Amino acid sequence: MPIWIYVVAAVIKSAIVLLVLLTAVAYTVWLERKVVGHMQNRWGPTRVGPFGLLQPAADGIKFLFKEDLTPPHVYKPLFLAAPLIAVIFALTSIAVIPFGNAITLFGYSFPLQITDVNIGLLVILGVTSIGVYGVALAGWSSNNKYSLLGGLRASAQMVSYEISLGLSLVGVLILSGSFSLREIVDVQGGTFLGFIPRWNIFLQPVAFFCYLMAAYAETNRIPFDLPEAETELVAGYHTEYSAMKFAMFFMAEYANMITVACLATLLFLGGWHGPIGGPPIVQAILPVFWFCAKVFAFLFLYIWVRGTLPRFRYDQLMAFGWKFLLPLAMANLIVTAIVVVVK
Amino acid sequence: MISVHLILFLAFGAVCVAGAVNLLVQRHPINSALSLIAVMAALAGEYLLLGAEFVAALQVIVYAGAIMVLFVFVIMLLNAGVEDRTQGSRVAIVFGIPGMLIGSVLVAWVVLRHSGTGDVEIGALPGPPKTIGDMLFHEFLLPFEITSILILVAIMGAVVLASKPPSSPAEAPTQKVKD
Amino acid sequence: MVPLSYYLVLSGILFACGVTGFLIKRNIIAIFMSIELMLNGVNLSFVAFAAHWHVLAGQIFVFFVMVVAAAEAAVGLAIIIAVYRTRETLNVDQVNLLKL
Repeated sequence: MPIWIYVVAAVIKSAIVLLVLLTAVAYTVWLERKVVGHMQNRWGPTRVGPFGLLQPAADGIKFLFKEDLTPPHVYKPLFLAAPLIAVIFALTSIAVIPFGNAITLFGYSFPLQITDVNIGLLVILGVTSIGVYGVALAGWSSNNKYSLLGGLRASAQMVSYEISLGLSLVGVLILSGSFSLREIVDVQGGTFLGFIPRWNIFLQPVAFFCYLMAAYAETNRIPFDLPEAETELVAGYHTEYSAMKFAMFFMAEYANMITVACLATLLFLGGWHGPIGGPPIVQAILPVFWFCAKVFAFLFLYIWVRGTLPRFRYDQLMAFGWKFLLPLAMANLIVTAIVVVVK
Repeated sequence: MISVHLILFLAFGAVCVAGAVNLLVQRHPINSALSLIAVMAALAGEYLLLGAEFVAALQVIVYAGAIMVLFVFVIMLLNAGVEDRTQGSRVAIVFGIPGMLIGSVLVAWVVLRHSGTGDVEIGALPGPPKTIGDMLFHEFLLPFEITSILILVAIMGAVVLASKPPSSPAEAPTQKVKD
Repeated sequence: MVPLSYYLVLSGILFACGVTGFLIKRNIIAIFMSIELMLNGVNLSFVAFAAHWHVLAGQIFVFFVMVVAAAEAAVGLAIIIAVYRTRETLNVDQVNLLKL
């Protein structure tokens, strides 16, 4: 393939993925408000557009036109940089996520992925681990005790749960033998006994549970949303933020949710594998459809949990992470390794 | 001959050196920590240029993502302020900076003049995770196991050192303990 | 094609900056960060030599250095917290008594 086609394809793919991601972020917010609303016997947004579908646009316009306050005693460079760090690293990790098999256009084959690296999983882990700084620095630079507590909680929580997250992924890595997300998905094709799909969730249910818990903690979501616990910390690390800077934290949180959902789909739910049939054009689109459907299901689970569970206390959170989740993930890893060696 | 490799090397190297110098110049520890993170990220780029992809990923995950988060956490926790210049630091600046300059120029001169080493190609030695894992669990098994004991001891030591000393309830109100 | 010596010089500069920071910094956390900078400088020369001699062991050494750095950071920061608790200062010039 000539280099210019490669470059043009990369630019087009990046633009499309970014557009879809930002739209998905906006509509995940809408979905959350709607679903949680119905769970609490309310309607959620209904006024803007049919079913409140234009609510994200209205929110965006409102964020843009709000006054952008910078409180007087903040540490300005970091106060301004923190939301940027958060949102940039949240959006970056989507770059290595594959959405489907390669498609062939004009005689060239284009993988449905911005870039295919053989250490894709490590790239995502690295990028998300850098994303902690956005939250931590926001809390510190705001010069506000609530923000500082939120930032401290967030960094301690994210570092603690990152270990369980990593260990839960190692079981999947042992089964697939590769860091490449594409190869991990390829291993999951086919079925057991003819009807159970060969997804890692059936082989590694404990790892999936650990991943789920650690993912909730990593993205600061209920039941682990201690960094922004509004009953004790006002709004946690983003107490002092307003307008677009606040919206950036908001976008970062939902983009992280989507990344986590994509990763769960790829690692545990079989990626784009699913029943495929019909005319060729449908066959080309179906894998992407299955991928999106699984991501949607995972996001729905997120929202469902938010609508159901209360918030943990901070010592419970830490005890759960270190005394329960970490040993569980390690035990799962040891059992998986033994089974693989014996087989 | 200016190649892509050289341009990228110089770009990452410039970030490294700027970050390292900024670490020295900044007087607030959080700024120093952030410049150190920039150095580490740029070093990950240099590792990628040399082909060491796994090491580069580890550099970002372990160094920038875990160790430096710990540093930033402690700076936030202790509310460390701007450091004050004292007599000792003035002496160190007067003697330390010229000494460092002379030393590094000397090292650079020796390396550049007398090394006689060849060139390194871009991506010269790929270090795929599989090969690294093989080596770790065969040739380097004993050191690997020893580091695991080291880590265990370090965890226990950190817990013992950082946990609050037990104090009798009578003297608790007067004790100046900051959390 | 970049000469190996360029990588070594960069590694040397980083190490020298680390040494200087160790000497001129008065904040104990900043001193600790200078040590990390030195370790990073050494890591670069490990990787560069590994690429030059085509021996993967150099990259393995970096792995070990990272493990040691992580252990060191955990213990060192715990010591810093303990020191701050008793002295209420992070300035090394004021931590000059063996016993309070």
